[in-house]
Amino acid sequence: MQKDSILNIILVGVGLCIVCGAVISTVAVSLRDQQEQNVIFDQQSKIIDAARLLEVYPSTQEALASIEEVVVNLNDGEPSSFPPEQYDLDSILRDSSQHTVLNGSEDIAMISVRENLSKVYIEYRNNELKTLILPVRGYGLWGTLYGYLALDSDLNTIVGLEFYKHKETPGLGAEVDNPNWKKLWNGKKVFDENGLVQISVIKGFSNPQSADYSYEVDGLSGATITSKGVSNLLAFWLGNEGFGPFINNLKNKEIQLSDV
Amino acid sequence: MSKFKEILLTPIFKDNPIALQILGICSALAVTSKLYPTLIMCVALTITVSLSNFFISLIRNIIPTNIRIIVQMTIISSLVILVDQFLKAYDYETSKTLSVFVGLIITNCIVMGRAEAFAMQNTPGVSFLDGLGNGLGYSLILIVVGAIRELLGSGQLLGIDILTTTQNGGWYVGNNFFLLAPSSFLIIGLFIWALRSWKTEQVEEKEFLMSKNAPKEVETHHA
Repeated sequence: MQKDSILNIILVGVGLCIVCGAVISTVAVSLRDQQEQNVIFDQQSKIIDAARLLEVYPSTQEALASIEEVVVNLNDGEPSSFPPEQYDLDSILRDSSQHTVLNGSEDIAMISVRENLSKVYIEYRNNELKTLILPVRGYGLWGTLYGYLALDSDLNTIVGLEFYKHKETPGLGAEVDNPNWKKLWNGKKVFDENGLVQISVIKGFSNPQSADYSYEVDGLSGATITSKGVSNLLAFWLGNEGFGPFINNLKNKEIQLSDV
Repeated sequence: MSKFKEILLTPIFKDNPIALQILGICSALAVTSKLYPTLIMCVALTITVSLSNFFISLIRNIIPTNIRIIVQMTIISSLVILVDQFLKAYDYETSKTLSVFVGLIITNCIVMGRAEAFAMQNTPGVSFLDGLGNGLGYSLILIVVGAIRELLGSGQLLGIDILTTTQNGGWYVGNNFFLLAPSSFLIIGLFIWALRSWKTEQVEEKEFLMSKNAPKEVETHHA
Protein backbone atom coordinates (compact mmCIF):
# COMPACT_ATOMS: atom_id res chain seq x y z
CA MET A 1 0.00 0.00 0.00
CA GLN A 2 1.22 3.47 -0.85
CA LYS A 3 2.41 5.50 2.14
CA ASP A 4 0.81 8.71 0.89
CA SER A 5 -2.45 7.21 -0.39
CA ILE A 6 -5.68 8.60 1.02
CA LEU A 7 -6.53 5.21 2.49
CA ASN A 8 -3.26 5.12 4.41
CA ILE A 9 -3.74 8.67 5.66
CA ILE A 10 -7.13 7.72 7.08
CA LEU A 11 -5.85 4.43 8.51
CA VAL A 12 -2.85 6.00 10.22
CA GLY A 13 -4.90 8.93 11.51
CA VAL A 14 -7.72 6.82 12.93
CA GLY A 15 -5.37 4.15 14.26
CA LEU A 16 -3.22 6.68 16.04
CA CYS A 17 -6.21 8.37 17.65
CA ILE A 18 -7.57 5.05 18.91
CA VAL A 19 -4.23 3.94 20.34
CA CYS A 20 -3.41 7.29 21.98
CA GLY A 21 -6.96 7.72 23.25
CA ALA A 22 -7.02 4.26 24.77
CA VAL A 23 -3.66 4.69 26.50
CA ILE A 24 -4.54 8.12 27.91
CA SER A 25 -7.97 7.15 29.16
CA THR A 26 -6.66 3.97 30.78
CA VAL A 27 -3.98 5.89 32.64
CA ALA A 28 -6.28 8.78 33.54
CA VAL A 29 -8.95 6.47 34.94
CA SER A 30 -6.51 4.35 36.90
CA LEU A 31 -4.83 7.38 38.45
CA ARG A 32 -8.02 9.31 39.20
CA ASP A 33 -8.54 8.03 42.73
CA GLN A 34 -4.99 8.86 43.69
CA GLN A 35 -5.31 12.37 42.20
CA GLU A 36 -8.59 13.12 43.93
CA GLN A 37 -7.13 11.94 47.21
CA ASN A 38 -4.19 14.31 46.73
CA VAL A 39 -6.52 17.27 46.25
CA ILE A 40 -8.62 16.41 49.30
CA PHE A 41 -5.57 15.67 51.42
CA ASP A 42 -3.99 18.96 50.39
CA GLN A 43 -7.08 20.94 51.46
CA GLN A 44 -7.51 19.00 54.69
CA SER A 45 -3.91 19.53 55.67
CA LYS A 46 -4.34 23.28 55.12
CA ILE A 47 -7.40 23.30 57.40
CA ILE A 48 -5.40 21.49 60.05
CA ASP A 49 -2.43 23.82 59.58
CA ALA A 50 -4.61 26.94 59.83
CA ALA A 51 -6.07 25.71 63.12
CA ARG A 52 -2.62 24.48 64.27
CA LEU A 53 -4.19 21.18 65.22
CA LEU A 54 -0.99 19.17 64.88
CA GLU A 55 0.26 20.96 67.99
CA VAL A 56 -2.61 19.33 69.89
CA TYR A 57 -3.28 16.04 68.15
CA PRO A 58 -0.57 13.47 67.39
CA SER A 59 -1.68 12.69 63.83
CA THR A 60 -3.58 14.14 60.89
CA GLN A 61 -6.25 11.44 61.25
CA GLU A 62 -6.98 12.33 64.86
CA ALA A 63 -6.98 16.03 64.05
CA LEU A 64 -9.50 15.42 61.25
CA ALA A 65 -11.69 13.38 63.56
CA SER A 66 -12.04 16.38 65.90
CA ILE A 67 -13.37 18.58 63.10
CA GLU A 68 -17.02 18.87 62.19
CA GLU A 69 -18.25 20.30 58.92
CA VAL A 70 -21.19 22.70 59.04
CA VAL A 71 -22.94 24.34 56.11
CA VAL A 72 -23.86 27.94 56.89
CA ASN A 73 -26.31 30.25 55.15
CA LEU A 74 -24.36 33.45 54.65
CA ASN A 75 -27.44 35.61 54.10
CA ASP A 76 -28.80 35.19 57.63
CA GLY A 77 -25.82 33.57 59.36
CA GLU A 78 -27.81 30.50 60.39
CA PRO A 79 -26.66 26.91 59.99
CA SER A 80 -28.26 25.16 57.05
CA SER A 81 -29.53 21.62 56.83
CA PHE A 82 -27.65 21.11 53.58
CA PRO A 83 -25.55 17.93 53.91
CA PRO A 84 -21.87 18.97 54.12
CA GLU A 85 -20.58 15.92 52.25
CA GLN A 86 -22.57 16.99 49.16
CA TYR A 87 -21.28 20.55 49.27
CA ASP A 88 -19.58 21.55 46.02
CA LEU A 89 -18.40 25.15 45.77
CA ASP A 90 -17.59 24.96 42.05
CA SER A 91 -21.13 24.05 41.04
CA ILE A 92 -22.57 26.69 43.38
CA LEU A 93 -20.45 29.38 41.76
CA ARG A 94 -21.73 28.29 38.34
CA ASP A 95 -25.39 28.20 39.34
CA SER A 96 -26.83 31.72 39.57
CA SER A 97 -29.66 30.62 41.87
CA GLN A 98 -27.18 29.54 44.51
CA HIS A 99 -24.94 32.56 44.65
CA THR A 100 -25.22 36.32 44.99
CA VAL A 101 -23.65 38.65 42.48
CA LEU A 102 -21.71 41.36 44.26
CA ASN A 103 -21.72 44.91 42.98
CA GLY A 104 -18.62 47.09 42.85
CA SER A 105 -18.60 48.62 46.32
CA GLU A 106 -19.52 45.35 48.08
CA ASP A 107 -16.95 43.34 46.19
CA ILE A 108 -13.83 44.43 48.04
CA ALA A 109 -12.24 40.98 47.71
CA MET A 110 -12.88 41.07 43.94
CA ILE A 111 -14.55 37.67 43.76
CA SER A 112 -17.60 38.91 41.74
CA VAL A 113 -19.97 36.27 43.13
CA ARG A 114 -20.47 34.98 46.66
CA GLU A 115 -22.01 31.61 47.47
CA ASN A 116 -25.20 31.68 49.56
CA LEU A 117 -24.16 28.60 51.46
CA SER A 118 -20.64 28.09 52.73
CA LYS A 119 -19.02 25.14 54.41
CA VAL A 120 -17.15 25.94 57.61
CA TYR A 121 -15.18 23.66 59.90
CA ILE A 122 -15.45 23.56 63.66
CA GLU A 123 -13.06 21.88 66.00
CA TYR A 124 -14.66 20.73 69.25
CA ARG A 125 -12.60 20.12 72.34
CA ASN A 126 -14.41 18.80 75.43
CA ASN A 127 -17.70 19.38 73.60
CA GLU A 128 -17.08 23.08 73.24
CA LEU A 129 -16.28 25.05 70.16
CA LYS A 130 -12.51 25.51 70.25
CA THR A 131 -11.64 26.65 66.75
CA LEU A 132 -13.76 27.99 63.91
CA ILE A 133 -12.20 27.55 60.49
CA LEU A 134 -13.63 29.66 57.67
CA PRO A 135 -12.91 29.31 53.96
CA VAL A 136 -11.80 32.64 52.48
CA ARG A 137 -10.78 33.80 49.06
CA GLY A 138 -9.93 36.99 47.24
CA TYR A 139 -7.93 38.47 44.41
CA GLY A 140 -4.22 39.14 44.88
CA LEU A 141 -1.90 40.25 42.10
CA TRP A 142 -2.17 37.47 39.51
CA GLY A 143 -5.20 35.53 40.61
CA THR A 144 -7.51 34.50 43.42
CA LEU A 145 -6.01 33.31 46.69
CA TYR A 146 -7.95 30.47 48.34
CA GLY A 147 -7.38 29.72 51.98
CA TYR A 148 -8.64 29.06 55.48
CA LEU A 149 -8.79 31.40 58.44
CA ALA A 150 -8.95 29.85 61.89
CA LEU A 151 -10.45 31.77 64.82
CA ASP A 152 -10.10 30.83 68.48
CA SER A 153 -13.08 30.11 70.75
CA ASP A 154 -13.56 33.83 71.50
CA LEU A 155 -14.31 34.22 67.74
CA ASN A 156 -11.99 37.20 67.66
CA THR A 157 -8.44 35.91 68.07
CA ILE A 158 -6.78 34.50 64.96
CA VAL A 159 -5.18 31.09 65.27
CA GLY A 160 -3.78 30.95 61.77
CA LEU A 161 -4.25 31.73 58.08
CA GLU A 162 -3.29 29.30 55.33
CA PHE A 163 -3.65 29.52 51.57
CA TYR A 164 -4.01 26.32 49.58
CA LYS A 165 -4.21 27.82 46.12
CA HIS A 166 -2.80 31.04 44.69
CA LYS A 167 -0.85 32.35 41.73
CA GLU A 168 1.33 34.96 43.45
CA THR A 169 4.96 35.61 42.44
CA PRO A 170 7.38 33.15 44.05
CA GLY A 171 9.54 34.93 46.61
CA LEU A 172 7.31 38.02 46.71
CA GLY A 173 3.55 37.47 46.95
CA ALA A 174 4.02 33.73 47.36
CA GLU A 175 5.65 34.51 50.71
CA VAL A 176 2.08 34.18 52.04
CA ASP A 177 3.26 30.57 52.42
CA ASN A 178 6.33 31.54 54.43
CA PRO A 179 6.03 29.89 57.88
CA ASN A 180 7.57 32.93 59.56
CA TRP A 181 4.99 35.27 58.08
CA LYS A 182 2.14 32.89 58.87
CA LYS A 183 3.28 32.84 62.50
CA LEU A 184 2.59 36.60 62.71
CA TRP A 185 -1.14 35.96 62.43
CA ASN A 186 -1.34 33.90 65.56
CA GLY A 187 -2.89 35.93 68.38
CA LYS A 188 -3.98 38.90 66.25
CA LYS A 189 -7.49 40.25 66.83
CA VAL A 190 -10.13 40.66 64.14
CA PHE A 191 -12.82 42.95 65.57
CA ASP A 192 -12.53 46.10 67.68
CA GLU A 193 -14.84 46.77 70.64
CA ASN A 194 -17.50 48.10 68.24
CA GLY A 195 -17.49 44.85 66.30
CA LEU A 196 -15.88 46.34 63.19
CA VAL A 197 -13.28 44.38 61.24
CA GLN A 198 -9.92 45.98 61.98
CA ILE A 199 -7.44 43.28 61.01
CA SER A 200 -5.19 44.26 58.11
CA VAL A 201 -1.84 43.68 56.53
CA ILE A 202 0.03 46.97 56.75
CA LYS A 203 2.93 48.32 54.73
CA GLY A 204 6.20 47.69 56.52
CA PHE A 205 6.48 46.45 60.08
CA SER A 206 3.87 46.73 62.77
CA ASN A 207 5.01 48.65 65.85
CA PRO A 208 4.43 46.72 69.11
CA GLN A 209 3.88 50.04 70.92
CA SER A 210 1.14 51.08 68.53
CA ALA A 211 -2.47 50.99 69.72
CA ASP A 212 -3.43 49.01 66.63
CA TYR A 213 -0.66 46.43 67.05
CA SER A 214 -3.08 43.61 67.74
CA TYR A 215 -4.92 44.32 64.47
CA GLU A 216 -1.83 44.69 62.28
CA VAL A 217 0.26 42.12 60.46
CA ASP A 218 3.59 43.04 58.81
CA GLY A 219 3.34 43.52 55.06
CA LEU A 220 5.15 41.30 52.61
CA SER A 221 8.03 43.33 51.24
CA GLY A 222 7.83 43.71 47.49
CA ALA A 223 4.26 42.43 47.43
CA THR A 224 2.09 45.42 48.20
CA ILE A 225 -0.78 44.28 46.00
CA THR A 226 -0.83 40.77 47.45
CA SER A 227 -0.74 42.23 50.99
CA LYS A 228 -3.64 44.52 50.15
CA GLY A 229 -5.49 41.57 48.61
CA VAL A 230 -5.13 39.60 51.84
CA SER A 231 -6.42 42.55 53.90
CA ASN A 232 -9.36 42.97 51.54
CA LEU A 233 -10.35 39.33 51.49
CA LEU A 234 -10.35 39.20 55.29
CA ALA A 235 -12.38 42.42 55.48
CA PHE A 236 -14.90 40.92 53.07
CA TRP A 237 -15.26 37.47 54.59
CA LEU A 238 -15.39 38.70 58.18
CA GLY A 239 -17.76 41.52 57.26
CA ASN A 240 -21.52 41.62 56.79
CA GLU A 241 -21.46 40.09 53.30
CA GLY A 242 -19.31 37.22 54.56
CA PHE A 243 -19.32 35.38 57.86
CA GLY A 244 -20.09 38.46 59.98
CA PRO A 245 -23.74 37.52 60.73
CA PHE A 246 -22.77 33.92 61.47
CA ILE A 247 -20.01 34.96 63.86
CA ASN A 248 -22.39 37.34 65.64
CA ASN A 249 -25.00 34.62 66.01
CA LEU A 250 -22.39 32.32 67.48
CA LYS A 251 -21.18 35.02 69.88
CA ASN A 252 -24.69 35.80 71.07
CA LYS A 253 -25.26 32.06 71.51
CA GLU A 254 -28.37 32.39 69.40
CA ILE A 255 -27.48 29.16 67.69
CA GLN A 256 -26.33 25.94 69.20
CA LEU A 257 -24.23 24.11 66.67
CA SER A 258 -24.24 20.88 68.59
CA ASP A 259 -27.95 20.61 67.76
CA VAL A 260 -27.29 20.69 64.06
CA MET B 1 29.57 2.24 20.24
CA SER B 2 31.27 5.62 20.01
CA LYS B 3 28.57 6.71 17.57
CA PHE B 4 25.90 6.16 20.23
CA LYS B 5 27.97 8.03 22.76
CA GLU B 6 28.34 10.90 20.34
CA ILE B 7 24.58 11.06 19.67
CA LEU B 8 23.95 11.12 23.41
CA LEU B 9 26.62 13.66 24.35
CA THR B 10 26.65 16.08 21.42
CA PRO B 11 23.45 17.92 22.47
CA ILE B 12 24.83 18.59 25.93
CA PHE B 13 27.66 21.03 25.12
CA LYS B 14 28.41 20.91 21.40
CA ASP B 15 24.88 21.37 20.08
CA ASN B 16 22.86 22.40 23.11
CA PRO B 17 19.18 22.94 22.27
CA ILE B 18 18.89 26.06 24.42
CA ALA B 19 22.38 27.58 24.14
CA LEU B 20 23.06 26.94 20.46
CA GLN B 21 19.67 26.41 18.84
CA ILE B 22 17.91 28.86 21.20
CA LEU B 23 14.87 26.59 21.54
CA GLY B 24 12.69 25.95 24.57
CA ILE B 25 13.46 29.33 26.16
CA CYS B 26 9.88 29.86 27.37
CA SER B 27 9.89 27.12 29.98
CA ALA B 28 13.47 27.96 30.91
CA LEU B 29 12.14 31.33 32.04
CA ALA B 30 8.94 30.17 33.61
CA VAL B 31 9.74 27.24 35.86
CA THR B 32 13.21 28.05 37.16
CA SER B 33 12.56 30.28 40.16
CA LYS B 34 13.07 27.28 42.45
CA LEU B 35 15.38 24.32 41.87
CA TYR B 36 13.04 21.46 42.80
CA PRO B 37 10.26 22.22 40.29
CA THR B 38 13.05 22.82 37.77
CA LEU B 39 14.36 19.29 38.31
CA ILE B 40 10.89 17.81 37.91
CA MET B 41 10.39 19.83 34.72
CA CYS B 42 13.73 18.52 33.38
CA VAL B 43 12.70 14.93 34.08
CA ALA B 44 9.30 15.53 32.48
CA LEU B 45 10.79 17.03 29.32
CA THR B 46 13.54 14.42 29.02
CA ILE B 47 11.01 11.59 29.28
CA THR B 48 8.73 13.25 26.74
CA VAL B 49 11.39 14.00 24.14
CA SER B 50 13.05 10.55 24.45
CA LEU B 51 9.79 8.63 24.18
CA SER B 52 8.31 10.83 21.47
CA ASN B 53 11.48 10.37 19.41
CA PHE B 54 11.26 6.61 19.99
CA PHE B 55 7.60 6.21 19.03
CA ILE B 56 7.75 8.57 16.07
CA SER B 57 10.81 6.79 14.74
CA LEU B 58 9.06 3.45 15.24
CA ILE B 59 6.24 4.37 12.85
CA ARG B 60 8.22 6.77 10.64
CA ASN B 61 7.89 4.50 7.61
CA ILE B 62 4.11 4.43 7.65
CA ILE B 63 3.49 8.10 8.54
CA PRO B 64 2.00 9.77 5.45
CA THR B 65 4.04 12.85 4.55
CA ASN B 66 0.98 15.12 4.37
CA ILE B 67 -0.10 14.58 7.94
CA ARG B 68 3.26 13.90 9.57
CA ILE B 69 3.24 17.06 11.72
CA ILE B 70 -0.22 16.20 13.08
CA VAL B 71 0.86 12.64 13.78
CA GLN B 72 3.94 13.90 15.61
CA MET B 73 1.88 16.37 17.64
CA THR B 74 -0.62 13.66 18.58
CA ILE B 75 2.10 11.42 19.91
CA ILE B 76 3.85 14.26 21.73
CA SER B 77 0.68 15.59 23.32
CA SER B 78 -0.39 12.11 24.42
CA LEU B 79 2.94 11.65 26.16
CA VAL B 80 2.71 15.06 27.81
CA ILE B 81 -0.79 14.32 29.11
CA LEU B 82 0.51 11.04 30.54
CA VAL B 83 3.41 12.80 32.27
CA ASP B 84 0.99 15.41 33.66
CA GLN B 85 -1.39 12.73 34.95
CA PHE B 86 1.41 10.87 36.72
CA LEU B 87 2.69 14.09 38.23
CA LYS B 88 -0.77 14.97 39.56
CA ALA B 89 -1.04 11.54 41.11
CA TYR B 90 2.43 11.19 42.61
CA ASP B 91 3.84 14.68 43.15
CA TYR B 92 0.82 16.91 43.61
CA GLU B 93 2.72 19.78 45.24
CA THR B 94 5.14 20.17 42.33
CA SER B 95 2.36 19.71 39.82
CA LYS B 96 0.61 22.70 41.42
CA THR B 97 3.79 24.77 41.11
CA LEU B 98 4.44 23.82 37.49
CA SER B 99 0.74 24.19 36.63
CA VAL B 100 0.32 24.83 32.90
CA PHE B 101 3.99 24.53 32.08
CA VAL B 102 3.89 20.74 32.03
CA GLY B 103 1.11 20.93 29.44
CA LEU B 104 3.15 23.47 27.52
CA ILE B 105 5.90 20.89 26.90
CA ILE B 106 3.70 20.05 23.89
CA THR B 107 4.66 23.37 22.34
CA ASN B 108 8.31 23.13 23.35
CA CYS B 109 10.23 23.48 20.11
CA ILE B 110 12.88 21.00 21.23
CA VAL B 111 10.44 18.07 21.22
CA MET B 112 8.92 18.90 17.86
CA GLY B 113 12.31 19.85 16.44
CA ARG B 114 13.94 16.55 17.33
CA ALA B 115 10.97 14.57 16.02
CA GLU B 116 11.10 16.31 12.67
CA ALA B 117 14.88 16.64 12.34
CA PHE B 118 16.04 13.34 13.77
CA ALA B 119 13.40 10.74 14.58
CA MET B 120 11.84 10.85 11.10
CA GLN B 121 15.17 9.73 9.55
CA ASN B 122 16.67 7.39 12.13
CA THR B 123 16.00 4.05 13.81
CA PRO B 124 14.11 3.96 17.13
CA GLY B 125 17.07 3.12 19.38
CA VAL B 126 19.24 5.93 18.07
CA SER B 127 16.30 8.35 18.13
CA PHE B 128 15.67 7.51 21.77
CA LEU B 129 19.32 8.33 22.57
CA ASP B 130 19.08 11.58 20.63
CA GLY B 131 15.99 12.53 22.63
CA LEU B 132 17.71 11.63 25.88
CA GLY B 133 20.75 13.70 24.92
CA ASN B 134 18.66 16.73 24.03
CA GLY B 135 16.64 16.34 27.22
CA LEU B 136 19.86 16.32 29.21
CA GLY B 137 21.18 19.35 27.30
CA TYR B 138 17.98 21.22 28.16
CA SER B 139 18.21 20.00 31.77
CA LEU B 140 21.80 21.20 32.13
CA ILE B 141 20.84 24.79 31.38
CA LEU B 142 17.63 24.70 33.40
CA ILE B 143 19.44 23.34 36.44
CA VAL B 144 22.13 26.02 36.19
CA VAL B 145 19.47 28.73 35.86
CA GLY B 146 17.28 27.24 38.60
CA ALA B 147 20.19 26.87 41.04
CA ILE B 148 21.43 30.44 40.51
CA ARG B 149 17.92 31.90 40.75
CA GLU B 150 16.95 30.05 43.90
CA LEU B 151 20.29 30.75 45.59
CA LEU B 152 20.39 34.48 44.83
CA GLY B 153 16.65 35.04 44.99
CA SER B 154 15.64 33.06 48.06
CA GLY B 155 19.03 32.16 49.58
CA GLN B 156 18.14 28.49 49.36
CA LEU B 157 18.88 25.38 47.33
CA LEU B 158 16.14 22.75 47.12
CA GLY B 159 14.44 24.58 49.99
CA ILE B 160 17.46 24.27 52.30
CA ASP B 161 18.83 27.56 53.64
CA ILE B 162 22.28 28.31 52.22
CA LEU B 163 22.33 32.07 52.60
CA THR B 164 19.85 32.74 55.41
CA THR B 165 17.61 35.60 54.35
CA THR B 166 16.61 38.51 56.54
CA GLN B 167 12.98 37.30 56.44
CA ASN B 168 14.15 34.17 58.23
CA GLY B 169 16.38 36.04 60.66
CA GLY B 170 19.65 35.85 58.72
CA TRP B 171 21.86 38.39 56.96
CA TYR B 172 21.16 37.83 53.28
CA VAL B 173 18.84 40.24 51.53
CA GLY B 174 17.26 38.19 48.75
CA ASN B 175 17.64 39.67 45.29
CA ASN B 176 14.06 39.96 44.08
CA PHE B 177 15.18 40.30 40.46
CA PHE B 178 16.18 36.64 40.44
CA LEU B 179 12.67 35.63 41.45
CA LEU B 180 11.25 37.16 38.30
CA ALA B 181 11.38 35.48 34.92
CA PRO B 182 13.56 38.07 33.12
CA SER B 183 16.56 37.12 35.27
CA SER B 184 16.70 33.85 33.33
CA PHE B 185 17.51 35.81 30.18
CA LEU B 186 20.54 37.23 31.95
CA ILE B 187 21.73 33.84 33.19
CA ILE B 188 21.12 32.07 29.88
CA GLY B 189 22.91 34.92 28.11
CA LEU B 190 25.92 34.63 30.38
CA PHE B 191 25.88 30.85 29.94
CA ILE B 192 25.87 31.17 26.15
CA TRP B 193 28.70 33.69 26.37
CA ALA B 194 30.76 31.34 28.55
CA LEU B 195 30.02 28.35 26.32
CA ARG B 196 30.94 30.18 23.14
CA SER B 197 34.13 31.54 24.64
CA TRP B 198 35.08 27.95 25.39
CA LYS B 199 33.85 26.42 22.11
CA THR B 200 34.55 29.22 19.69
CA GLU B 201 33.19 27.28 16.70
CA GLN B 202 29.67 27.99 18.08
CA VAL B 203 30.05 31.71 17.48
CA GLU B 204 27.71 32.62 14.64
CA GLU B 205 28.92 34.50 11.63
CA LYS B 206 27.65 38.00 11.43
CA GLU B 207 24.54 38.01 9.29
CA PHE B 208 25.07 41.52 8.05
CA LEU B 209 27.30 44.44 8.76
CA MET B 210 26.00 47.83 9.70
CA SER B 211 26.95 50.26 7.01
CA LYS B 212 28.85 53.25 8.24
CA ASN B 213 27.06 56.56 8.59
CA ALA B 214 27.43 58.75 5.56
CA PRO B 215 30.29 61.22 6.00
CA LYS B 216 29.08 64.46 7.45
CA GLU B 217 28.32 67.00 4.78
CA VAL B 218 30.52 70.02 4.87
CA GLU B 219 28.36 72.99 5.51
CA THR B 220 28.79 75.66 2.96
CA HIS B 221 28.80 79.08 4.25
CA HIS B 222 26.23 81.36 2.76
CA ALA B 223 26.99 84.89 2.90
